[in-house]
Amino acid sequence: MISVWRRFWSIVRELTGDDAYERYLTHWQEHHAGDGAPLERAAFFREEQGRKWEGVRRCC
Amino acid sequence: MTTIAAPRRLRPASIALWAIVIAVGTFALAAIAMSRGESINALWFIVAAICIYAVGYRFYSAFLAAKVLALDSTRATPAERFSDGRDFVPTNRWVVFGHHFAAIAGPGPLIGPTLAAQFGYLPGTIWILIGAVLGGCVQDFVALFCSIRRDGRSLGQMARDELGPIGGAVALIGVFAIMIILIAVLGLVVVNAMRNSPWATSTVAATIPIALLVGLYMRHLRPGRVLEATAIGVALLLFAVVGGGWIDDHATIGPWFDYGAPALALMIIVYGFAAAVLPVWLLLAPRDYLSTFMKIGTIVALAIAIVILNPEVKMPAVTQFIDGTGPIFGGNVFPFVFITIACGAISGFHSLIASGTTPKLLANERDARFIGYGGMAMESFVAIMAMVAACVLDPGVYFAINSPAGVVGAQAADAVATISSWGYPVTVEQMSALATEMGEETLFARTGGAPSLAVGMASIFSSAFGESLLDVWYHFAIMFEALFILTTLDAGTRVARFMLQDMIGNIVPAMGRTSWYPSVLLCSGLVVAAWGYFLYFGTIDPLGGINSLWPLFGISNQMLAAIALCVATTVLVKSGKVRFVWVTAVPLAWLVTITTTAAWQKLFSPDLRLGFLSHANDLAAQLASGSLTGAAAEQAPRLIFNDRLDAALTMFFLVTVWVIVIETTRICHASLSGRRCPPSAESPHIPSRLVEDWVRD
Repeated sequence: MISVWRRFWSIVRELTGDDAYERYLTHWQEHHAGDGAPLERAAFFREEQGRKWEGVRRCC
Repeated sequence: MTTIAAPRRLRPASIALWAIVIAVGTFALAAIAMSRGESINALWFIVAAICIYAVGYRFYSAFLAAKVLALDSTRATPAERFSDGRDFVPTNRWVVFGHHFAAIAGPGPLIGPTLAAQFGYLPGTIWILIGAVLGGCVQDFVALFCSIRRDGRSLGQMARDELGPIGGAVALIGVFAIMIILIAVLGLVVVNAMRNSPWATSTVAATIPIALLVGLYMRHLRPGRVLEATAIGVALLLFAVVGGGWIDDHATIGPWFDYGAPALALMIIVYGFAAAVLPVWLLLAPRDYLSTFMKIGTIVALAIAIVILNPEVKMPAVTQFIDGTGPIFGGNVFPFVFITIACGAISGFHSLIASGTTPKLLANERDARFIGYGGMAMESFVAIMAMVAACVLDPGVYFAINSPAGVVGAQAADAVATISSWGYPVTVEQMSALATEMGEETLFARTGGAPSLAVGMASIFSSAFGESLLDVWYHFAIMFEALFILTTLDAGTRVARFMLQDMIGNIVPAMGRTSWYPSVLLCSGLVVAAWGYFLYFGTIDPLGGINSLWPLFGISNQMLAAIALCVATTVLVKSGKVRFVWVTAVPLAWLVTITTTAAWQKLFSPDLRLGFLSHANDLAAQLASGSLTGAAAEQAPRLIFNDRLDAALTMFFLVTVWVIVIETTRICHASLSGRRCPPSAESPHIPSRLVEDWVRD
């Protein structure tokens, strides 16, 4: 039961982008661990939100 | 080694199961189609829809996946190949489905069926089901597939690659035009919902500071805590719905929020400009979080309420208005039921999403079936629910809310007399009692579909979840519709601004810099002025702007779908799948037929409520003979110009469709006869490392 709830909650967090920073850190550790430091949480969201809305995101 | 997603052989148990699904679906559909009684239970609609989507998904989409597109699970998707942790991210299929559905589900499938109910429930329902299973779902699926096989390229780029520069340019301008009309018509829907209603206006106005607050919270107080911020925002929105009731009752504050349609249109225009130039984190992004939550929550609640409640559908199966005399919009059932339903069955706009963010997230090519075909089936189900919500109203009430004053009369007594004379009895007392229950001044001539959908939803919700709160449910429904209409308006203005900057940037390079403020202000201003013009004139049009704008929107949307299907057809031909080309060519031929017929009638019909040109000429003749007086005479020249502009736009859409169709035919013919044509831009096969397939290399 608890594991079902955990799974559901992790899908909700991923769907909403609530865990975007954690996922970014994981990606950074895997691919860019050598170069410099990862972005701070606030800086990461500043960068992400602007970029996200440059294309067609919402429909009629 | 290549494994192709082959359909599994059916076992006896599953043959029996699918036989039952098919039998139940057929029976439910027959019940809907044959019903000529007083009323029919809404559950039949839900059952028929679910069975048809299930059969379409299980069999037709499996055929498309295995035979036509030959989805290949061992082929690395763009998400895997270009994985950058930002745009290209291999993602869980349910998460991609959620993102895709949230992106494609907009106000269109709620409004279209509501308006199309003027023909009765049957024509619209049949088209929503058949159109989705054989047309819309196929379009979304194939567009997604094409983009995955082309590094996640956009529809415009694919049109340029596959059809050549003419096709590409036409697609680009087409997308821009549809954006402008879409925003104008959606703006008009919100304006008509807020007209002279302090409750609705104050609630919708409150969504702006709430979004700003959520934006600031996510940016500065607790960066990136999306769920926390959204929970706070949703709580505030619900409070704003209730609070709107107090404002409405308040003698001093109430009138501050009481405006007529033209004034509200100007406010929406100012708002649209502000939203387009403000940073996204402040208004657009937080509003989008709120609207997505509200949208999904409300749609789920509506589905549950309909299943619990099984409301009776009171609208007749077919009304006399299939002959084109309907009050809500002019035009025969063919082609206007197809043009009006638009997004609930086939939506061209989806091809932009299916070739936008979604293809960059798929971890496995095989998921394209679930996300492309399945996502659209779900959207179509939303359209069925909107149809049910419109048809549970008494037909007399439905027509009283949705008919413009210019058609049925501005006085309540005239309107009810006209509507009752059509055979849909309704009384002034009934309408004012309903308006009081819903907390509104009046519900007559509230065109645009949002108020009647809100009345339908309120009556369903209040019966299912609490009888006494009709007025709160009504304004909740209005807030929910306005919230995501305004999100589409903000996001659309922004995208149109980028496109305009890109186009002008080809001539004046400085203008192409998307963050250069003079360019941002100028291009946003131009975009807002373009849709603002149509919106403003929609509010002063005596026939109700919906009558002219919604068909224009439908035509442009179906035109975009035709462009997507043209690209898909060319891809099928070039990849040697000519014997399956009917999969996209048949829906394409159908779309070209309905858009051409509808555009032709909007241009040249002698019916004044249908033909733009005949309406303009009639007004001009009246003006010349001096039979118009006062405000009507003053407005006439502008209305005449507006009609001619609408006609020019319709002509443009018509020409666009045919240019693309002729280009497609030419390229397909060249490809088949071995002559020179742009080669297929499919990216090479690179084996996936995400699938467990040890014999791969």
